[in-house]
Amino acid sequence: MRNLRFDFFRGKTFAHGIHPPESKQETCHREIQQFPFAPLLIVPLSQHIGKPAVPVVDADDEVVRGQLIAAADGFMSVAIHAPASGIIRRIAPTPSINGKMEPAFFLEPFAASTQEVVEGTPLDIDSASGEQILAAIQSAGIVGLGGAGFPTHAKLKIPDDKFADTLVINGIECEPYLTTDHRVMLEHADDVITGVGYLLRATAAERAIIAVEANKPDAAESLRRVLPPSVPITIEVLPVKYPQGAEKMLITALLGREVPSRGLPLDVHAICVNVGTAAEIGKLIPHGLGLQERVVTVGGPAIQRKGNYRIPIGTTLRFILETLGTEPDISTVVMGGPMMGAAASSLDIPITKGSTGVIAFTERETGKLRSRKQFPCIKCGDCVDVCPLFLNPSQLGLLAEHGRYSSMVNDHHLMDCFECGCCTFVCPAHIPLVQQFRVAKAAMRKAARSEG
Amino acid sequence: MTPLSKTLTIQSSPHIGATSSVDSIMRNVVFALLPVCAFAIYVFGISAALILVVAVLSCVLTEHLLCWFAGRPTTVGDGSVLITGILYGLILPPSLPLWMVVAGGVIGVAMGKFLFGGLGYNAFNPALVGRAILQAAFPAAMTTWPSESVASFTSLPSSTLALPLTKPVYDGISAATPLAKWKFEQIPTDTTDLFMGTVSGSTGETCAALILLGGVYLVARRMMSWRIPVAILSTVALGSTLLQAIDPTRYAGPSLMLFSGGLMLGAVFMATDMVASPITHLGCVIYGILIGLLVVVIRVWGGMPEGVMYAILIGNAISPHIDHWIQPRVYGTASRGDVV
Repeated sequence: MRNLRFDFFRGKTFAHGIHPPESKQETCHREIQQFPFAPLLIVPLSQHIGKPAVPVVDADDEVVRGQLIAAADGFMSVAIHAPASGIIRRIAPTPSINGKMEPAFFLEPFAASTQEVVEGTPLDIDSASGEQILAAIQSAGIVGLGGAGFPTHAKLKIPDDKFADTLVINGIECEPYLTTDHRVMLEHADDVITGVGYLLRATAAERAIIAVEANKPDAAESLRRVLPPSVPITIEVLPVKYPQGAEKMLITALLGREVPSRGLPLDVHAICVNVGTAAEIGKLIPHGLGLQERVVTVGGPAIQRKGNYRIPIGTTLRFILETLGTEPDISTVVMGGPMMGAAASSLDIPITKGSTGVIAFTERETGKLRSRKQFPCIKCGDCVDVCPLFLNPSQLGLLAEHGRYSSMVNDHHLMDCFECGCCTFVCPAHIPLVQQFRVAKAAMRKAARSEG
Repeated sequence: MTPLSKTLTIQSSPHIGATSSVDSIMRNVVFALLPVCAFAIYVFGISAALILVVAVLSCVLTEHLLCWFAGRPTTVGDGSVLITGILYGLILPPSLPLWMVVAGGVIGVAMGKFLFGGLGYNAFNPALVGRAILQAAFPAAMTTWPSESVASFTSLPSSTLALPLTKPVYDGISAATPLAKWKFEQIPTDTTDLFMGTVSGSTGETCAALILLGGVYLVARRMMSWRIPVAILSTVALGSTLLQAIDPTRYAGPSLMLFSGGLMLGAVFMATDMVASPITHLGCVIYGILIGLLVVVIRVWGGMPEGVMYAILIGNAISPHIDHWIQPRVYGTASRGDVV
């Protein structure tokens, strides 16, 4: 079975894509729970795209929960706040999910303190200008909580020659297993709506559309219930399909506009913000608070107590897995969803602002994937049928095999690929297409750097 | 809380995968072909069974031995050569000497597939390559058709066991195929007979009904491009309807054209060979129309009654060029290759 279904008459959506098993049942009914403090929190200085934040505290300093510990370094950077009251033991490199070592605070929380959050300078939202809201978002340390970690204020900043007419709020959450956005929309619908109100003010967009996939009807209902009549916010329920949560796909599905190759949503007058990000903005900004914890789905077959947890930034995978219990034959821990997430190489990797999920698989599932025999491409065309960007993964794969990376980039739009994994998912020859594309992209980027 | 000491396995995303695989596709094509094989044996008797067995064995053994000589693991297990063998057997005349079956099978797999690099790299359908070689080398044997009414489960046509390189002796049971009857004598054949396959012809290509059934099964399981057979068959239907309207005494109508000869088997099981057909939807349609046109042209104006084999082989040759020109329009670009 190819896992494709006909999409005719199923409502607004984008072309192509796949229907992987959703696997959301185990956690989508679990209420968000507060996660305990680990004995040691590892808070990286770089949890966003752009320049790492600059520490404003030193080793051996005592910090209070919510206190600013690293300030934004320039426009493409955001602040970092202490996720717990405790002592900074050291500032040292730590493994990150992308395989590199990155500097981080090693924070030892106080065992018996109340862990109350320190309040910042609240923003008077009724009088605040767009600029002030953006500055507040930056100093609250908010980045896109959907996974990519792009500084939200930078995304909302509209150049003088452009405008946004539509604010797209992304509540799609199309990755299997993940249910954080679902729970946030259910439990914190008012925060979402408040946040969207600020975002509308900051971007001067005419309207906001909150997009929810049809497998979360309760989330759409909960948002509808708190929708104020006077604000131009609507809720759209879209058919279930992966990767509808990708910015470009969502904009095409909702608005029928195609974001130009290598362009930005703003080029088609849209801005896309994750619904969890909107909720944090709605919750933090009115109180001048900083982002120091986030909702994470911890699930997958190897986790015993699956659920959605509000986890302090810096909590290590080891602490999460040990706290919730794992199956004895746990073999792979993925940060993010199973389609695009990265497998952790170490259990000392911490939760960061971009961590949407911790999905653990047992040897049974991963072994099955690994042991699948790879065949030569039989040109069945399944990958071409599913690629949401209408690339030709089969052709790209053949070029990759021969190391013809520049042809992949120049003739076949390799750099447009955002690695959703649809092609690899459906490939009956089990060719690791996405992996080949990643290697090719990295090689081409390296070549470009050494030239320029 | 138990301390976790575990070596993690790192793998690249996606961490889940669909269940389809090359071998399951191949297995299903074999399933789809089994009724056709059974019918072939029912109509043409023990000689058809022998041809199919010998065809399969020669193809499978050739691939196995070639892999062994080349010092790589055998690729017989992927099932593709099994399909080649079955298809190859199905497109041979039922009374063909078995030694010719072996010769065509060996050459088809060796030259049509292995030489190009094996599964995934063959430019032509290997079964058709084998048949084309035989057609060129043994034209008489390849155009002598026993009548379907002599199905025998007790005796063999004397030609079947002819010694290699001798001139086969036929039992005097030969009959013209529906296409030949029309081409040389303008005698039409009953459509029901054509559809049900109770006519003279190659081992497994006579029964349009069972071939279509197999095709529908594969399309329903999403293991075949329906666009290719639909494009071929509608082009042939349209072309023959037009020609018939011009001169019904000279040109055969759509029912004869569609259900006779190798068209059905070719359109459903040969032209759809994934490796040798285009990859995009539009490419598949163009490829199908092209093959359909070639079938009409060769059958109507060619020197022999049948033309599906050549039409598909030419289609195979053009397929990479179609793929080169028909690339999907990349998202966010106005046309192929341009940035908006």
